[in-house]
Amino acid sequence: MAILPQLLFTGIGIGAIYALVALGFVLLIRAANVVNFGQGEFAMLGAYLLVIFYNLLHFPYWLAILLGVVLMAGFGVVFAGATYWPLRFRGGLPVIISTIGASIFLENMVLVTYGPASEQVDGLFDNPGFEVGPVFVDSQYLSIIVIAALLVALQYLIFERTLLGKKLQAVSQDKEMAALLGIPVALMVLITFAYSAALGGIAGILVGPILFVSTSMAGLIALKAFAANIIGGYGSIPGAILGGLALGVVETLGAAYISVPYKDAFAFLMLLLFLMVRPQGLFGERIAEKA
Amino acid sequence: MSATAAALNRPAVRAPRGLIGGVLALIFCVAVARFAPDQGYILNILMQASTYAIAVVGLVVVLGYCGQISIAQAAFMGVGAYGVALGTVDYGLNFFVALLCGMALAGALGLLLGVASLRLGGHYLAMVTISFQQILTLVLINWVSLSHGPDGVRNIRRPMLFGISFEQGNTFLGLCLFVLALVAILVWRLRTARLGRAMQAVRDNELAAGTCGIDVFRTKIVAFGLSAVIGGLGGGLFAGGFRFISPDQFSFAESIVLLTMALLGGVQSPFGAMLGTGLLVILPEWLRFLRQVYLAVYGAAVILIMVFLPDGLWGFVAERMRRRARPITTAAPPLPLLSRTGGETEEKVLDVRGLAKHFGGLKALDGVDLAVRRGTVHALIGPNGSGKSTFINVVTGLYRPTAGRIAFAGRDITRLSPHQRNRAGLARTFQNIRVFRGLTVLENVMIGAERQGNDVAGDQAVVERALGALDFVGLRGDAHRMVGTLSYGHQRYVEIARALAGSPEAILLDEPAAGLNMTEKQELGDLLRRLKGHGLTILIIDHDMNLVERVADHITVLNFGRRIADGVKRDVLSNPDVIAAYLGEPRRDDAA
Repeated sequence: MAILPQLLFTGIGIGAIYALVALGFVLLIRAANVVNFGQGEFAMLGAYLLVIFYNLLHFPYWLAILLGVVLMAGFGVVFAGATYWPLRFRGGLPVIISTIGASIFLENMVLVTYGPASEQVDGLFDNPGFEVGPVFVDSQYLSIIVIAALLVALQYLIFERTLLGKKLQAVSQDKEMAALLGIPVALMVLITFAYSAALGGIAGILVGPILFVSTSMAGLIALKAFAANIIGGYGSIPGAILGGLALGVVETLGAAYISVPYKDAFAFLMLLLFLMVRPQGLFGERIAEKA
Repeated sequence: MSATAAALNRPAVRAPRGLIGGVLALIFCVAVARFAPDQGYILNILMQASTYAIAVVGLVVVLGYCGQISIAQAAFMGVGAYGVALGTVDYGLNFFVALLCGMALAGALGLLLGVASLRLGGHYLAMVTISFQQILTLVLINWVSLSHGPDGVRNIRRPMLFGISFEQGNTFLGLCLFVLALVAILVWRLRTARLGRAMQAVRDNELAAGTCGIDVFRTKIVAFGLSAVIGGLGGGLFAGGFRFISPDQFSFAESIVLLTMALLGGVQSPFGAMLGTGLLVILPEWLRFLRQVYLAVYGAAVILIMVFLPDGLWGFVAERMRRRARPITTAAPPLPLLSRTGGETEEKVLDVRGLAKHFGGLKALDGVDLAVRRGTVHALIGPNGSGKSTFINVVTGLYRPTAGRIAFAGRDITRLSPHQRNRAGLARTFQNIRVFRGLTVLENVMIGAERQGNDVAGDQAVVERALGALDFVGLRGDAHRMVGTLSYGHQRYVEIARALAGSPEAILLDEPAAGLNMTEKQELGDLLRRLKGHGLTILIIDHDMNLVERVADHITVLNFGRRIADGVKRDVLSNPDVIAAYLGEPRRDDAA
């Protein structure tokens, strides 16, 4: 099994993408109790922004990424205004459905303006990679893993070490109490949407060079990220990361050793299995409604 | 049976209307079968609209009535469609046999998914249905030897029945429309049937539904299975209608389309579902000039519908056409409200021993004993945070106890679920009111009267019992109003009537005076005294000492999760520990 280490590396790389998108999911679930089915479209838009700024307008690569991420953060606020804000008092289901609507809208607007052809975009490094023993370390996968790790660390610092992080946590735990303590709840929710969209954008920018950039590139990624989120434990941050990595590895190994056509099914089978055996996920806790 | 009561019985009024609708639908179907074009563009549009509409009516059951989101209706359609296609083409089965097989398989898969996810929240169900959808699409594309792969199945045969050939396009369309009418009428009738009421109760308030004796899990599973079977039926007819199917016709995107149809038309009613389907099948043909941006418009429309038409087009129209509910003013014959009366006895109806409930390190209840004797009013009092609400929640099964034993009417109910406890005769009300907001006052109370183990049988008796209970709390005149339009105090009375209508062995009132004004508290006190006069066993939790003094025979006092006093009213209220718990310790120099 000389290829096993190679598969593990690739699996972790793909898993890191799922983890990044899943992280965006979890933040919105925690802050606003929103299950956002438009999370994948955040990644798709991020990738297209890179195409526009770098391929079309020939900005420097770093500037294109920076602009992409900043614009995505702004877009997150617009997205919140359209899908979450008008429905915020009507419970979870209407918001879920409106984010589904938004995801159809975004995918098809890009399709209309950009056409169905997929775009190719450069990776972070010119060097395609290097060999470590039997493993070819692809530079883009390596960057994905490193950047995902950095972002997780950054997020941990923000949440645990800054006042802003404490406020965000307070809002996610109890909006009413947070409001009574003078925390601007609406602003905190908007910040979360912005950050979540930026995370999605980064995921899209990172995965663009691997998958090609197309309107349908992110739909499956988002679904798998959501599956990762449930496998890890609904609403749990470490769960989302671990669940994402686990899914990436299982899927890559499954494709290699079991079946290529059914590659996309492994994630969903794993999800169904988890729901039957351990519905609270790896890190989740059972939450009972208060009477 | 009095004429008034018969007039109040809504199913009795609706039956002839359903019948007339059915006959009209049949005539319409025959006319279509006779005069519609045999093939071509118009026929295809009509065929698609009628078969899709069947599947969308299925969504009314699961999403509209039961409030559970399913994003896999196209997959269930696909199962039905492939059942018909493979059954007739590859295995030479009769069309209807193949159709039944497909429906049964769709139903079985629906039940399986339901069992896997329905104990969890709505987003899990959304995700699980999406997963199922994706897996099914992959299987249909890749398992070529079974499904014919991405090219799909051709030359699907149409059936013969009772010597009538449905080979012609227009006659088959007539069949589809007939089935659609049948399904729509059944689903429409379901709304006011017992099962449909239970589904709506689950949608409006799961916790309260459970404590009213509804098996929440089972109700959801049934709704989900029913919806899947109807989806399979629509899919099977779709396969017969187009004679060709392929995997992409039953993809995730199609599930979204079906969901949008239901939401646009109005997911609360099969007529709304049909309206939405018709519009979204025909609209793209009118909007051909939008071809490119059509799907984008579609997505935007979903958001706009959610924001501006939360009940869909049909809901919007129905709301404006709703006739003002006529108050019921006629007097009813006196009804035997409480069947289990008979004065105070020594029998302990509720006997709680050593009950403990720990939340992490917090001991909300720490070994509490409490016995309620039959025919008495027992008050459980204590300062904020003393564990009163936790006690009632553990006793009614919403929380699992950490330790202890609960006996009720001679049975150990410690391990029973809330609906089983209700069926054993334990009813309750909630501190923060939990009524079923999508239902009328009468329907709310009927759910209580339909408690398994209650001594009423049949629709008529249930209605009469519910009206009797409403009479008791003075809300008979408001029976046909939506419960949300009542004042807060009256909603509390609806909860009490809902509990009374089931003729419980005992009723647990969780802070019934909370949020009431002075007059309403006075009325509540009178009501409780009347209940006591009927000999009902009552356990009441409240802060309002006036109320407790007026009605209670026996008082138990909790503080910090422990029982600090227990006995007849006068002894307990003069107990120094109780006074200290309520008013604080007296200062030493005062005491001296």
